[in-house]
Amino acid sequence: MREGPASPGPSPIEQAIDVLRMEEITKRFGPVLANDRITLAVRAGAVHALLGENGAGKTSLMNILYGLYQPDDGRIWVRGQLVRIRSPRDAIRLGIGMIHQQFTLVPQLTVAENVVLGLRPRRPPFLDLAAAEDAITEISKAYGLDVNPRFRVMGLSLGMQQRVEILKALYRGANLLILDEPTSVLTPAETEALFEVIQSLVADGKSVIFISHKLEEALRISQTITVLRRGRVVATVPTSDATPHELARMMVGRDVVFRIPKTPARAAGPAIEVTDLGAASDQGYPALKGVTFHLFRGEILGIAGVDGNGQTELAEAIAGLRPVSAGQIRLNGHEVTSWPPKARITLGLGFIPADRQRLGLVPDFTVAENLVMKTFAAHPYTRRGFLDRRAITAHARALADRFDIRLHSVQQRVRELSGGNQQKVVLAREVSLTPSVIIAMQPTRGLDVGASEYILRALIAQRDRGAAVLHISTELEEVLSVSDRVAVMFAGELMGIVRPGDVSYEQLGLMMAGALRLNPMAEPA
Amino acid sequence: MATPIGLAAMGGVLSERSGVLNIGLEGMMLTGALAGAMGSHFLGGPWMGTLAALVAGAALGVVLAYLTVTLGANQIVTGVGINLFALGFTTFVERVVLRPAGIEAVPSFAQLAAPGLRAIPLLGPLLTNLTPLVLVAIVIAPILAVFLYRTPWGLALRATGEAPRAVDTAGVSVFLVRYIAVAASGALAGMGGAFLSLGQLNLFSENMTAGRGFIALAAVILGKWNPVGALAAAFLFGAAEALQLFVQSYGLGVPYQIPTMLPYVLALAVLAGFVSRAIPPAAEGIPYQQEEQ
Amino acid sequence: MTIRTAALRLLPVWAVLFALLLGMFFVLLAGAHPIEAYRDLLRGAFADVFGFATTLVKTTPLLFAGLGVAVALRAGLINIGAEGQIYLGGLAAALVGLYVRGLPPLLHVPLALLAAFVAGGAWALLPALLRLRRGVSEVITTLLMNYIGLYLVGALVSGPLKEPGAPYPFSPPLARSAYLPTIIPTTDAHAGILIALVLAVVTYVVLEHTPIGFRVRMVGANPPAAAYAGINVGQTVTLAMIVSGGLAGLGGASEVMGLKHRLFDAFSPGYGYDAIVVAFLGAGQPLGVAVTAFFFGALRSGANIMQRSQGVPVAVIFAIQGLAVLFLAASLAVRHRIFRWGGRSRQPAAASPVQAAGVTDPE
Repeated sequence: MREGPASPGPSPIEQAIDVLRMEEITKRFGPVLANDRITLAVRAGAVHALLGENGAGKTSLMNILYGLYQPDDGRIWVRGQLVRIRSPRDAIRLGIGMIHQQFTLVPQLTVAENVVLGLRPRRPPFLDLAAAEDAITEISKAYGLDVNPRFRVMGLSLGMQQRVEILKALYRGANLLILDEPTSVLTPAETEALFEVIQSLVADGKSVIFISHKLEEALRISQTITVLRRGRVVATVPTSDATPHELARMMVGRDVVFRIPKTPARAAGPAIEVTDLGAASDQGYPALKGVTFHLFRGEILGIAGVDGNGQTELAEAIAGLRPVSAGQIRLNGHEVTSWPPKARITLGLGFIPADRQRLGLVPDFTVAENLVMKTFAAHPYTRRGFLDRRAITAHARALADRFDIRLHSVQQRVRELSGGNQQKVVLAREVSLTPSVIIAMQPTRGLDVGASEYILRALIAQRDRGAAVLHISTELEEVLSVSDRVAVMFAGELMGIVRPGDVSYEQLGLMMAGALRLNPMAEPA
Repeated sequence: MATPIGLAAMGGVLSERSGVLNIGLEGMMLTGALAGAMGSHFLGGPWMGTLAALVAGAALGVVLAYLTVTLGANQIVTGVGINLFALGFTTFVERVVLRPAGIEAVPSFAQLAAPGLRAIPLLGPLLTNLTPLVLVAIVIAPILAVFLYRTPWGLALRATGEAPRAVDTAGVSVFLVRYIAVAASGALAGMGGAFLSLGQLNLFSENMTAGRGFIALAAVILGKWNPVGALAAAFLFGAAEALQLFVQSYGLGVPYQIPTMLPYVLALAVLAGFVSRAIPPAAEGIPYQQEEQ
Repeated sequence: MTIRTAALRLLPVWAVLFALLLGMFFVLLAGAHPIEAYRDLLRGAFADVFGFATTLVKTTPLLFAGLGVAVALRAGLINIGAEGQIYLGGLAAALVGLYVRGLPPLLHVPLALLAAFVAGGAWALLPALLRLRRGVSEVITTLLMNYIGLYLVGALVSGPLKEPGAPYPFSPPLARSAYLPTIIPTTDAHAGILIALVLAVVTYVVLEHTPIGFRVRMVGANPPAAAYAGINVGQTVTLAMIVSGGLAGLGGASEVMGLKHRLFDAFSPGYGYDAIVVAFLGAGQPLGVAVTAFFFGALRSGANIMQRSQGVPVAVIFAIQGLAVLFLAASLAVRHRIFRWGGRSRQPAAASPVQAAGVTDPE
């Protein structure tokens, strides 16, 4: 960041009103422009919502403000002072507090211990926990947080833990709070309670930046809304002038990335029947709530939605990698709800997971070994009890040719391949098993345009072969260009299933933000 | 018996609470025993020897910290390597330096006069080796407890073993906390070793720790990662040893190994949750790396 | 294979060479000539039949237990409990050798070995179950069970199994039919080394060339991916741990049946702990373990000669071994970081012990 004396600052009046002013903030990550000359002004005693899809640049911008990233260009004023924020410590000193999506609490410690962690003691050398507890109780009362400082964080609900994070920031003297997707882990009742807390904070003159992809919440809680898309500010509007339709259109945009030629689907019988499915997330809160849909052979059903709305849990539940708390899964007519993964694979289920390195591949194994991860024990890869290295290598060579995997040797470790070639290894393995059902989760994440197009064409080819494809992606454009039907997921529920082309971007944006339910296409045409 | 294990176990508590499993306690004790004997001989008296033991133990602690915290090497393998090296190195020094110089007995701690205690029937004769270091160990335990539970640094240490990322975001250096904790754990283990060469015996002998560093690891578990608990567990191991002597001298027909084995069985049961649940620090054994930015 | 990857694969060799180089410094301190000292070390281990026999005798338990630790390592487990498993294996073999009578050697020996394998495996099963069911790290549980094993054997040989009138706690001699035959006449070298070598080859073949080995390696390298591929991870971990304990148990049996012919109190001078080092320096590969165990056995055997002729204490070799382990651990951690930055994987440096141990697959 440059502190150019020539750069025109805000006028004195603006300075008086704005607690924060970020100007022309630019941040690049390699070739990706995460923030492109973003300007943002936050008034004192107000809630400013930052609205946008995944990857719109919301979190990078806020990480810059909190000192976690350094901007490549731009200026920041806090209460009229040009500042340079090099670390979270600087941010805290300036009265900025950030509540991350993933909490940074120590579960085994009490609320009070968490709050004073890392602070200079008031009565050295001892921790004056009693004094801290009193101060916490006081803050807690003032803003209706209702937190008992003596409780261990481990036993608190996620809603309460979030309040502890807010307390932590307030205890450190924050008067500008950044809340990153604060409602994503909350129940509706907890969300209501959080809004009350936010209102009492601003009533006390504090300012809040509310990062969200949920339109309704932004409309309810904020005074000003800034919409970001692809690293740029689309618009900043007073909330009173904004309509959900307008905001949805601004959020989603409509720049088509690629068009992939495909014929209309010829759907046959159901391959997957999911009924009233429920499952918990890794953190133990409900991530799937009554999900019901049918996937037919010969079609691609896309699942659109913002990251973290239950897509991972849905894919893992169908694959047998996550226990189901309610409902039923049928695969090719078999009730497989409690079957182990192996049995589902045998029934013809292929799965391209989102996290290649963790789930889809063994990075330290060779390409050849990765290509037989699911079939190594079967003929011809195992003959008379022994692995047949020659058959495994020949298989790998054939697949590398067919799927155009660029490598020096099939004995290379998968870790050494590029992301696109790693994904081709996964694709090749799954497709080579001629599955009747394929779950493809974020199949193009991190890939360049060429590799992405290759993967998507391959999925369509599988559909044309008669396979049922469940294509889960947070890239709306991708879902729309590939899918025959599109389901939208929000907060663990399906907001409905539609046909691409039958609905507007506005409507899809509203569904992704949980503001609209539409279900004309529960079955294929 | 109990004091050297207790000192090393308290060191183990510090290190494990910060998230580093210190398998190298055994080697640090052994090195401390040698440094104690040499320090006492060359620097003048058992207290200088104790100081040398503290420094030597801490130095090995810093080596362990560098390998496991900075480089992120496997903590177990590194600890095993330190033990092997310490065994070889101390034996070598004893053969090459101490023996040729004819150093056989070094100045050591005098026994504390406590005639009242010794008069206790059965137990009295077992209370040998009542040297100042016993008192030091007994004083250190509550001091460490106050440090861990009542000071901000202790809070940071405990938090580092449970959720290092939270500590990092609170502006405290995880690396620094772990370095200090592991060095301190080495110093305490070194002092435990000095107790052996300056309290129980007045010389260093090959492999004189004989696995006490591993017993200390068990005492850490039995003491539920609390310094006072660890010292108490060490006394339990001491008592088991005493019981063994008792069983041997009165010939009760029970092999002495049975009482000796009991504390280990108890530690296992505690870990398994059959007696009362003991949960190790959550981040123990995992190297910490800052998020890529 | 490029020169760079070849150099990386040979990291254990570099670590040992570097440690030997530093060891010269110790030799100098001891007032001896480094080259002459190492020459005598080599001579002692190989030059005459007795030295070579001693090398084999010292190699045998290290090889058995080292294979055991390596199998666990490949499945992603750190088995610190080889020492206890050695004791249990020795105990079981001794019981069969003492109480089963009238069998021909061709039945008696395999029966005693089988009992040792089962006992060692059972001793490792408990830590495996505690890890799977209760989430307790096997590192601590196996360590604790070492002492229970040690004292269990001690209690038995001081009590029910004690030879009447013996000055120390040890058992009566086993039946002759349970002895492992001597392979070099007039020396201690016994058939245990042959069994261990055969098992090294078998372990290698199973791990690298059978589907079950593939399963074990996959679970060790990436457990979530193994589950994704339809493998029962818990079952695989349990199996690997049983085999690991069983192999270490055979190490105990071979000491009892081949060398001592009685069950002694505290009969293992820490072979189980050295086995961790052997497995680690052998990169978790059975054939690497065989080479490392043989190297360590030779060091031990030759060091006595070196001590006698050059006055360099035997202890030097422990220091050298310790240094080699530390160098290897450090270089593997550094290598892993380089890979991580290059490959952008987000795993911590030593996410699994397999990675930490630098386990690699031969091609």
